[in-house]
Amino acid sequence: MGRTLYDKIWDAHVVKEFGDGSALIYIDRHLVHEVTSPQAFDGLRLNGRKPWRVAANLAVADHNVPTTADRIRGIRDPISRAQVEALDANCAEFGITEFRMNDPRQGIVHVVGPEQGATLPGMTVVCGDSHTSTHGAFGALAFGIGTSEVEHVLATQTLVLKKAKAMRIRVDGEVGVGITAKDIALAIIGSIGTAGGTGYVIEYAGTAIEALSMEGRMTLCNMAIESGARAGLVAVDDKTIAYVKGRPYAPKAQYWDAAVASWRQLHSDPDARFDAEVVLDARSIEPQVTWGTSPEMVVPVSARVPDPAREADPVKRSGMEKALAYMGLAPNTPITDIRIDKVFIGSCTNSRIEDLRAAAAIVKGRRKAPHVKLALVVPGSGLVKAQAEAEGLHHIFLDAGFEWREPGCSMCLAMNADRLEPGERCASTSNRNFEGRQGQGGRTHLVSPAMAAAAAIAGHFVDVRSMH
Amino acid sequence: MRAFTVVTSKVLPLDRANVDTDAIIPKQYLKSIRRTGFGPFLFDDWRYLDPGTLEIDPATRRPNPEFVLNDPRHAGAQILVARDNFGCGSSREHAVWALDDYGFRAVIAPSFADIFYSNCFKNGLLPVVLTAEEVQAIFECVAADADALFTIDLPAQTVRLPCGRVCRFDIHPHHKHNLINGLDEIGLTLAHADAIKAYEAKRRREAPWLFE
Ligand code: SF4
Repeated sequence: MGRTLYDKIWDAHVVKEFGDGSALIYIDRHLVHEVTSPQAFDGLRLNGRKPWRVAANLAVADHNVPTTADRIRGIRDPISRAQVEALDANCAEFGITEFRMNDPRQGIVHVVGPEQGATLPGMTVVCGDSHTSTHGAFGALAFGIGTSEVEHVLATQTLVLKKAKAMRIRVDGEVGVGITAKDIALAIIGSIGTAGGTGYVIEYAGTAIEALSMEGRMTLCNMAIESGARAGLVAVDDKTIAYVKGRPYAPKAQYWDAAVASWRQLHSDPDARFDAEVVLDARSIEPQVTWGTSPEMVVPVSARVPDPAREADPVKRSGMEKALAYMGLAPNTPITDIRIDKVFIGSCTNSRIEDLRAAAAIVKGRRKAPHVKLALVVPGSGLVKAQAEAEGLHHIFLDAGFEWREPGCSMCLAMNADRLEPGERCASTSNRNFEGRQGQGGRTHLVSPAMAAAAAIAGHFVDVRSMH
Repeated sequence: MRAFTVVTSKVLPLDRANVDTDAIIPKQYLKSIRRTGFGPFLFDDWRYLDPGTLEIDPATRRPNPEFVLNDPRHAGAQILVARDNFGCGSSREHAVWALDDYGFRAVIAPSFADIFYSNCFKNGLLPVVLTAEEVQAIFECVAADADALFTIDLPAQTVRLPCGRVCRFDIHPHHKHNLINGLDEIGLTLAHADAIKAYEAKRRREAPWLFE
């Protein structure tokens, strides 16, 4: 019987089977950031251990770093500073390559890895961060781990894993104009739910996925975790290979052809069997907006806020009521009537060059609505920022009254100074609308970059297709 | 790691689905570079009426009397019960450290998010998956008598309710073994160092670009 893409990567990384359904799996690439690693490095020191293979690790500080230009003079918040300094010291002590805060290559770890070619097809990639699923866009098995596993990978270059089940989500047909990978990702989560992928690795397939750029595939795989799947995958094709070529960590010339030949195998066999299969029609997908405090609480922009009174399941109904109370929304409100206070364009979901171009295309020649207090654009890395500036995108944003910042996680999780105040409502291109995620009491609506830009201009949600 | 065999305790009922790790321990506490001391900040946003940070002494803050963790009837509970998809969201192991530091030894829910689930086993916290119906029965037992004692028996893979009902749960034998014996997984893996080296040598021949 044929093998799935997941089977192929798994099989190639088995160091040892334990015979009870678990196996020791080799890890090719370990990405490290400042928040989930200090306790792991402490563990190494406590036990007198060293990293197994130093060159497999790449570190970058992203969660805590300020995004204001004055960061060149250091981090003012002493606790954030201590955490970033701990990463610097740990990497120096163990000889791990780190892109420090003011290095032009610094950025969000999930933007930096692929951009450097540190994420390659067929690899196993881990990081102490749930959105490591992003790297699955390259046909790599990539997933988030906890700090104890970070320590385990540092010390042994392996993890003890139980194989997940395989799900395929096919999105067939062509999406409409103005519909992005983010809308596909949100529509999938709306359809299978935030636990729909729990216990699975999801392979995204179908003509609509093949049509996506690498940036779009990263956005899609980024949100695999929001549907409960620890990893998302997309088969390797010409786009994958073209993206990797020439990047600093890509295979050297003498290995290139052999690498490409092996990457060409990275797709599910035609007769491969999946444990679950979901099919969506691309043409039915509209621009998506979340209304609640879980990414599955999502509707098309043309819809209304749902009414809990019409939900039969009592656990779900009470969840909806809690969400609406937190979000300060009345049932049946048209989505386009929801006014916003702030806009955030950034995060590992949507801060790549293509995302900034899509937002700029909407913003160009317009101004943000006067009551929108802040419209923040935070590029995913220093290199994305430089590229955007070379294209003049920063002028478009600045002329429209947006702010143009230094790279980092920023208001995706508000560990630095960028945050919502209690009750503030935000159109955000990030991936989580949990209570307090963007600041205590803050209210997050997840949308695509173009939808966020359109909301900034209008001051409330609008169907971006009316603005093209 | 602390071993887990049998725990008998009251149960704290957290009647919510999709309890995410941001809710279990909010981001401002992730700036700590230690593994301990997160207990006072467990469920911070729900638990206190005023905002907190690492620098603010939690004893000076106003507890939210509406939140179940502050209900004196449930004080001392070492078992938490919640609804579907517990521990979703961020991979932060701080969520498990906070539950453990507060004094919880086990969490019962109809389903858990994958990363949270595996983080539990690294820290001696037992995640127990029961059916939605069994979980509902536990909520009802606690509502009837907050002092009722439940027993989780890991070797037998059972939860005994105060009414005498016994619910069986599944757990991977590997997880069970390590938890009962409190084993350090890194030490166990390093016993296979030769296999890792042999794998690397073979892989280096097949895909040398991975070792550049
Ligand atoms: S951008 Fe947001 S989701 Fe992505 S790694 Fe940073 S905090 Fe996590």
